[in-house]
This record gives sequence, structure tokens and C-alpha cells, in this order.
Amino acid sequence: MDLSLTPEQEAFRATVRTWLKTNIPREWTPMGSAEIPRAEQYELLRRWQRTLFDAGFIGLTWPKEYGGGGLTFLEEMVLQQEMALAKAPPILNVLGVGMTGPTVINWGTEEQKKRYPPKILSCEEIWCQGYSEPNAGSDLASLQTRAVKDGEHWVVNGQKVWTSFAHVADYMMLLARTDPSVPKHKGITYFLLDMKLPGVTVKPLRQITGEAEFNEVFFDNVRVHESEVLGGVNNGWAVGLTTLMYERLTLGFGLQMRLRIALDGLIDLARQMEKSGRALTKEPVMRQKLAQIWIETECLKYTGARAITKLLRGEMPGPEASTGKMAWVDTHQRLQELAMEIEGPYSQLWKGSEWAIEGGVWPQSFLRSRANSIEGGTTEIQKNIIAERLLGLPKD
Amino acid sequence: MDFGFSQEQELLRSTARKFLENECTSAFVRARMEEPAGVTDEFWSKLAEQGWLGLVYGEEYGGSGLGFVDLTVLMEEMGRVVMPGPFFATTLLGGLAIREAGSAAQKKEWLTRIASGRAKTTLAWTEPSARWDAAGVTCKARESKGGFVLNGTKLFVLDAHLADALVVVARTSEGPTPEDGTSLFLVPKATSGVNVKLLPTMDQTRKLCEVTFKDATVPADALMGAKGAAWPTLTRVVERATVALCAEMCGGAQRVLDMTTEYAKIRIAFGKPIGTYQGVKHRAADMLVDVENAKSLTYYAAWAVDENAPEAALAASMAKAYVTDAYRKAAGAGIQLHGGIGFTWEHDLHLYFKRAKSSEFTFGDATYHRERVAQLISL
Repeated sequence: MDLSLTPEQEAFRATVRTWLKTNIPREWTPMGSAEIPRAEQYELLRRWQRTLFDAGFIGLTWPKEYGGGGLTFLEEMVLQQEMALAKAPPILNVLGVGMTGPTVINWGTEEQKKRYPPKILSCEEIWCQGYSEPNAGSDLASLQTRAVKDGEHWVVNGQKVWTSFAHVADYMMLLARTDPSVPKHKGITYFLLDMKLPGVTVKPLRQITGEAEFNEVFFDNVRVHESEVLGGVNNGWAVGLTTLMYERLTLGFGLQMRLRIALDGLIDLARQMEKSGRALTKEPVMRQKLAQIWIETECLKYTGARAITKLLRGEMPGPEASTGKMAWVDTHQRLQELAMEIEGPYSQLWKGSEWAIEGGVWPQSFLRSRANSIEGGTTEIQKNIIAERLLGLPKD
Repeated sequence: MDFGFSQEQELLRSTARKFLENECTSAFVRARMEEPAGVTDEFWSKLAEQGWLGLVYGEEYGGSGLGFVDLTVLMEEMGRVVMPGPFFATTLLGGLAIREAGSAAQKKEWLTRIASGRAKTTLAWTEPSARWDAAGVTCKARESKGGFVLNGTKLFVLDAHLADALVVVARTSEGPTPEDGTSLFLVPKATSGVNVKLLPTMDQTRKLCEVTFKDATVPADALMGAKGAAWPTLTRVVERATVALCAEMCGGAQRVLDMTTEYAKIRIAFGKPIGTYQGVKHRAADMLVDVENAKSLTYYAAWAVDENAPEAALAASMAKAYVTDAYRKAAGAGIQLHGGIGFTWEHDLHLYFKRAKSSEFTFGDATYHRERVAQLISL
């Protein structure tokens, strides 16, 4: 067991650290939360991701021939740690980088692998994820969006929902039913769908924050060329699961980084706030709560390091790799609740009020955090997966 | 970076598991619960033969010269079988204090004897005030005629009734801070004026004692390290013992999860194994998350201790705070998911439930360690 890095890896850390010092956009102010980027930040974040791409600081683990860095998860971990320390802006094309790219590299034809990953990294093409439907959320395999073969094309009809980034996305990872006559998991195909195709309509969906970060997406006789099938017809369930596995793994690092930034922000907030004439950080119960979140945040890092070690040794990640999302959700939601407790009555004030603390960013991220235990697999589904796949408990 | 165990360490794990499954069965543990000794001579000499009593001592003392990451593996396995007896008190409290603070002569004599199974020791630290900070040390050591005279009462002392010698934390002077003036003494239990009383405990696999000192006189060379400056050394010893305890707790929590999972697969209710139901699945999944996280923090702390990393103190406190909650929750959930059978004396679950509780209050509970974390991160 050795948590130290080689001289080369330490040099990489130093390079990243120096680079971040001079390259984080001056107009960037860290958010109070670990959230998906907000609309008013998109342009800034698009430029930021391009800057990262030009410097080779994104897609570190992807093969070089597909635009990546050809490095290991260790460098990825170092990069994420340094980004957290520097309070760097988040990645805008987070679904493309975290999910589409690795899935295409894993399942794609050579042509697909050359075509898509580089533009995902450079943020030239933003991706969204077309999985959930009004009647297929946790029970994803019961999805009803249909794709019917017509010559060289598939004709898609149906609807997706809760689709983050669809309003800015250039492409979608689309799961559609291509064979309704077989059991539900077996008749699904994974498409790489151009959002500009005729018949695709995006309708923003206003959520509890008042913003519209999610969307409904409607497909009306959308003709997708057969070359845009990923991983073979009727093989979409397996391909989609790969995406979810990568989501847990690579997004996991990013989540830990955002959590750490949020926690630092929270502690700063607690230092400024007073209760009965003393700083909240001197209040024993508050110290307990802050310390607990600190411990859990650090813990995610080491649980991640155990998973990376298995990958580096060429082994399959063990139970520790699957617990990350659940643990993160729990900690992050509690962190946001604590931010409200720290702000006290001020947590009621929304952006626009001159009395609102830090421009009202915390109440907003608090509301947003309620989605964490629903998106990317509800906590209940995660627990089923852990119980069935890791503990071997029987399926219903 | 390689945050996993080596092949040698995995070998140690499988050797330990095999040995303990054979030698430290439920029947063995239960027999030891019923008697004061908590260990048999035969079992103790087998531990010595395995080289485990001197695992973290240098080879010059007959030890194996291994580190805390190696020890973590062994402790996990010992926790897995709720191993009773004075292993912890001897090797990680008394012995470790001697390793860290003892004179060359003290080390030569005692570490060699401990490693070969010929001596048992413990640490007499906490008092009836049940404080883990320096202000809790009120036991007095007064200099007299070239030696020291000890007076006071120590409570919650692990396995003092079995020890040949006690490492005693006592106050030699009052200073500007509570930490100033604390000293360590190596006191043979046979010293006149030392009285040890075994106390009935909830966790019968952990024997606790009251130790009183009534004008107990020891020679000057009983002093370990510099007079009045023991606190940093004691902290170092306790930090290390805490990490080892966390590993033991992780092993216990993992075993409870294993037992519960196996039971959920075979126990039928409403015509199906209870593990089919989400009410059971979700609780089991929560246990797994807690146990895996507990291990991550424990392994990190073990590494930090071995490296003498500046963050070792923080790592140890993070681990103890988290692991304490994790083991307590896992053991509680284990009983709940077993239903009535889990509440019986016959089933082993209560051994783990009680060990989780006694471990909670050894070297500081979660609240104490969270406050320590708060201090160490400058809140």
C-alpha cells in the first residue's frame, strides 16, 4: 500500500497546478454547490473546456488516437484533486465526457471512434442522454420510444423526459425500442442521434429551482441513418449499462471534486455567520456536523483510490466502486441542508435580494440537490443493484 | 500510488483467517467469555508461534518488523471472529507504549518477552472521569527517595488482571496546560500498593479493570521517556492503537454483513427468501456502503501512520469517528434483519453488537473524534 506518487506523477501534479493558476478564467466565481452548470455560465464554460482541451487536460484516460491523453486513472485523479484545490469551473459537456466518449470508445466502429470522441472533449459537440421516458424511469427497460427500420434509416417516434442539456445539445445518446416482440431488455438499440435532425423537438421543463435545465424531447418520424447505431441492433441494453458504469466511475471523480469545493465554500460561510455572538464554526453542534461532512468527503476520495488501484492492477473494481454515487448523494444533500441551517432565516432570500448571502446561490443549489437522489439512477435503484449484484440477494 | 494490499498481505489474511476459523471458534469465544482469563495458554502460545504478538516490533526483539498496514489485515481477521483475550492490550497498548517511550533496557526486556508470549502488558490511562484528554489524568506520581510514589485510580483498563506490567499515565507536576506534567511509568503489577479488580462488562470478550495505586512505589528507572512530557508520546501510541482498533471493527462489521446476507438468502417469509424484499435489500446495501467506507478511511489511516505522515492524527480521528458509527449501525441492522433469532444468546450476533459498543468507547467515541477533526482542520 502506497499513496505516494512517482516523480513523474508529482511532476504532472506540479504542471497541472501551475497551469490552473494562470488559466482559470478571471470572471469565474466558484459556485456554492456541486451542481450541473447554470445557463448564464454556458458560454464561459464552453470556452473553459476548450482551454482544457487545448492544454490536454481533459479525457486523460482516453486513447490518444481518439483525442485523449492515453494516461491512467491516476493522472485523472491528480487532475481532479488539483481542480478541486483551485476551485476550477466544472466541465460543460459533462455527459459527453463522462458517458458518451467512453461508451463510443468501448462499442463504436472505428469510424465512430474517430468521429465523436475528439469533438466531445473540445466541447464542439455537446451531448445529452435520452434514456428516461414519462413511463420509464427506474424501470428503464420498459421504454416505449420506437425505432422502425426503413431502408438505410431508422424512423424514431416517441418521447424522452428529464433530459439535461437537450436544449443546448448537438447529439443525444438515445435508447429506443427496435424489437417489441422480444423480452424488454432484448429489443433496445443505442443510437447516436443528431439533435438537428428534422422531427426532433425540445421543450424546456421548468424545475423546482425555477430554471429549465431539464427538457422534454419529442421525436416525430426522425430518420436516423443506420450507421449511427452503436454496438449493434438490439444490443442497446448492454451498451447503455456500459454508459452507466462509466458514469459511476468517471463522474465519480468529478463529483468528489465538486463536493470538496462546495464544502470549502460551506466552511467559509459558517465562519462568516454568527449565532448568539460567536462564529458558527465555534458552535459545538455545528462543528460536529461540519466535521462529519468533511470526513465523508475525504472518504469518497479514498474509496475512489481503492477502485483506481484495482483498475491499475488490471482487476475488476470491487464493491467500493459501486458505492460512490450513493455515498455522494447522501453527503451532498446533507451538505446543502447544512448550508440552509447555517444561513438561517437568510436562506429564505432568493437571488435579486441585496440581503441574500452570496447572491442567493445556496438556496438555489439546495433545491437542485433534491434531484441528486433521483437522477442517474435513484438511490432506491442503486440499493437494489448493490444488494443484487454485490451481495447476491435474490431478484424479486 | 497503489491503495491496495500486497500479495504478502493477502497471504497473511488467508493464513490468519484459516487459523482463526479453526482456533477461535464461536465455542472458544463463548468459553472465554465465561471465565476471567479471556485466553488460554495454548491459544496464546499459538499466537506467539504465528509471530503475531511481535508483528509490529523490530526483529531485534524477536518481532517481525512489519507495519500498521500489515497489522490492519490481521486485526480485520481478529475482529471477524470477535477474538477475546489480551492481544490488543498487550501488543498495541502496553507493548506499543514501551516501543515508543521505553528505554533501551525496557524495550529489550519487555518487547522480547511480549513477542515470545512470555509477558502480557496493558495501558492504565483513563480514570473515573472517563475523559480522553490530558485534563483527565489526575493519578499522581510524586518523586521520593530516588523513585516515584503513585496514587490514584484508573478505570476501563483493558486486561489489567492478566498483565505482568502496566504502563501507567500519571501526573508528575502541574503545568501551564493539562498536557504538561504527564509522565509514563512501567509498573510491574506485583508492585506493592497496586490493586487490580476485574469488572463485570457488557461485552464479555473485552475484560475491563479498575486499577488503584495506593502509595505504590517504583524505582526511578520505571519512568519511560522524559518526565512531564509524555503527552505527545501517549497521543502517538493511542493514535496507532486507534487505527488498529478501527481495523478490528471493520472486520467485525464485514462479518455481520456476511452473516446477514447469507441469512437473507435462506430465511423464507411469505414464500420467498427475505432478501428478495426491498426493505431488507436496502438495509443490507446501506450496511455495505458503510462498511466499504469504513475500510477506506481505516486503510488510509494505517498508511498515514506507517508513513509518519503529518496528517496521521487527522486520519486516525476521521477513521475512528466513521468506523464507530458504521460498526454500531451494521451490528444493529444485523440483529434487526435476523429478527428474533438475532436477539438470542445462542446466535453470535450479540457478540458483534456488544463489541461494536465497547469499541465505540475505547479511545474516544465518534463525537470526541469529530471534534478532534474539527480542531485539526482549524475550524
